[in-house]
Amino acid sequence: MNAKMGTITFIEHDGTEHEVEFVDGSSLMELATSNGVPGIDGDCGGEASCGTCHVIVDDAWIAVAGTRSDVERQMIEMSPECAANSRLACQLKACPDLDGLKVRLPEFQM
Amino acid sequence: MTERVVIVGAGHASAQVCASLRRDGWSGEILLIGDEPSLPYQRPPLSKAFLAGESTLADLLIRKPEFYEKEHIVFRRGRVTGIDRDAATVGLDDGETLGYDKLVLCTGARPRPLPVPGAELAGVHDLRDVADAQSIRSGLATAGRAVVIGGGYIGLEAAASLRKLGLAVTVLELADRVLQRVTTPRISAFYDRVHREEGIDLRLGTGVVALEGDGRVTGVRLADDEVIATDLVVVGVGVVPNVELAQAAGLTVDDGIAVDAHGRTEDPAVFAAGDCTSYVDARSGCRLRLECVANAVEQAKTVSATICGHDRSISALPWFWSDQFDLKLQIAGLSTGYDETVLRGDPDTGRSFACFYFAEGRLIAADCVNRAQDFMFSKRAIAEGLSPDRGLLADSDTQLASLLQASSTGGG
Repeated sequence: MNAKMGTITFIEHDGTEHEVEFVDGSSLMELATSNGVPGIDGDCGGEASCGTCHVIVDDAWIAVAGTRSDVERQMIEMSPECAANSRLACQLKACPDLDGLKVRLPEFQM
Repeated sequence: MTERVVIVGAGHASAQVCASLRRDGWSGEILLIGDEPSLPYQRPPLSKAFLAGESTLADLLIRKPEFYEKEHIVFRRGRVTGIDRDAATVGLDDGETLGYDKLVLCTGARPRPLPVPGAELAGVHDLRDVADAQSIRSGLATAGRAVVIGGGYIGLEAAASLRKLGLAVTVLELADRVLQRVTTPRISAFYDRVHREEGIDLRLGTGVVALEGDGRVTGVRLADDEVIATDLVVVGVGVVPNVELAQAAGLTVDDGIAVDAHGRTEDPAVFAAGDCTSYVDARSGCRLRLECVANAVEQAKTVSATICGHDRSISALPWFWSDQFDLKLQIAGLSTGYDETVLRGDPDTGRSFACFYFAEGRLIAADCVNRAQDFMFSKRAIAEGLSPDRGLLADSDTQLASLLQASSTGGG
């Protein structure tokens, strides 16, 4: 049996919230696409190759979630919507520490 | 009565059609028919992480089974044997007939067969689906040598993965350079150098006349009669689009199943998306058949929108990627028709550079090796129709972001 490990909230650009439960260490990209969250494409399947799973981590959570890696930095910083807490959702793995995490989505994925 | 979308084929395009239909407001039935046992999965890792044993089929699923359950999308394993457009039905190999209101053909492509004797021997593999990758993997424990036939992306990715696993690898390419069909000579030369540096025995201009062995392959006979001894052969000599169902149903096939900018065939109830299609690219005006995930996803989103009555056309910039050894190649746009190139970094020495392609002063494509930033810059600059200054682009000290602001006119 897969026990619930936590909940992550994806907030669309227009403010619509999607609460997604997770039971394992899936990436946030997988959680979003498998739960029909609009605005996260994940075209490359999680290889940090496409940049279509850009999310912005809530300020209160960035210390726990961590800041972006060098490859994420290269992929995201050309986006006009890049923010200080921008990450690629495919590089963020769900874990119990992230129960309650909120991330915002940009208006457009590049 | 509830309306029904039937999707034929279960790859990247189908997975996206399923997801987009629900997002776009389709509340009717969705029936996904695939001839592989699995729900749609990622194919690109088959020649990389999956081949290396670093991931499982469950890891590859594009969306988890729970998604299909929750969205009431029914997956049915079977092979569609015919389409009756007058009756709006498809026939399955088990004899059943299923009706549709909208039909989406996502039939993909299949490996081009190697037309030589011995291609059916055990130990000779294509690399298109998970069963192919699993059978290569299962033979690795006892294999020390591999021959890869074909120096395209699949062949070179397979060669790199097998080499990393410790095999002695020979790559045979009929053309006088690798990646001849898909990229420019400069990029071919770069990959040629890296594969040789990594210990691949790369042979260009080399034809294969037979695969030899008693039941199981033991050697590859070349046109000059040399025989290369091997334990394993991977064939990657291109793909053929699966257009036969469409053709038999009287739909137009022009290299691929011909669709318009909205993903429609000439039958208003029939759509197509992915590797099996051809369409007229709005940027170049050329009819294209693209073999890549990004195209499948873009066309699928367009088909879904069209079915749901939204106005959307196939417009996203095509892009591709390929991972080999420590190289991450990301390609933005199509370089066909370029008249000038600009280099950033040096492809003759290191392993990080970008090659930008211009046509009449405008940036149309970029090949970026271990340069994610240059890739994302290119995606944006090409989509916005920019003409960045070539001198500044070539200068590694230039911040690329600065070229996004100042380059919309001019052309350097």
